[in-house]
Amino acid sequence: MGCIESLKYEIILRDASFTECREYIRSTCKEYVGVDPGFKIFDKHIIGVPPIFIGFDGDVIIFPFTKPCYGTFLMRVEDHDEAARIRQSAVQSKK
Amino acid sequence: MQKMTSENKEKEKSAVLVLGCPQVPVQTGIALYLISALRKKGIKTTIAGNRAARTLVEVSDPERHYVGEVMDIDRYIGEIAEKKRDFDYHFIFIHNDAGVSYAATVQAITGKTVVALIYGEHFQEIAGTIGFPCEKIAAKAVHNPMPLKNKLDEALPWVVSNL
Repeated sequence: MGCIESLKYEIILRDASFTECREYIRSTCKEYVGVDPGFKIFDKHIIGVPPIFIGFDGDVIIFPFTKPCYGTFLMRVEDHDEAARIRQSAVQSKK
Repeated sequence: MQKMTSENKEKEKSAVLVLGCPQVPVQTGIALYLISALRKKGIKTTIAGNRAARTLVEVSDPERHYVGEVMDIDRYIGEIAEKKRDFDYHFIFIHNDAGVSYAATVQAITGKTVVALIYGEHFQEIAGTIGFPCEKIAAKAVHNPMPLKNKLDEALPWVVSNL
């Protein structure tokens, strides 16, 4: 996972589909943004079937992460600066 | 007689083969077969994959008769996302949900019709989850590459002349 592996993360869903990740974020996060594949998060280009949702809970970022051999994980990472950067650079779709 | 200048010399076409997790045995053989077929059509090929997928291809062709440039899959995504690289054809090897995600990503970034090579035990189910524009070449191939090779032989001339 490169630099994402070195972060303190929590896995919410394992081997999830993109629809499951999207629905989880839509139904549980009060704030989320939609981004295109290739959008940078923690210096990695996000992989996925558009629209890709990234959720927020304060400084906590909830996002899908795909690895070729392991499928897609929905992850939760707390990072104030990265959360602010994503909020600024993505189009917000607040509830 | 028309003079041959650098302007009217046709640019060499390029293709990238995006390999998935190599847990399905046919992947490496089909990748080498596809490289051979594309080279015969004058298309330069690059392999993108994770370490295991790349190593399998490299070990299978130690003298590099077929394999050209090989790159990490994350670097490939980064370079096409940042418009540092461009390929005429993107062949995405798909046997699971992650493969579909990579194909959707490449299609969204490049805006091109990607070629999805779908194989494995659940190839029909996987093919059914693809809702974005792509050219599907699908067959139930797990250990025996022939069903996918035959589909590739049928589709490749069309793919190369129309995409």
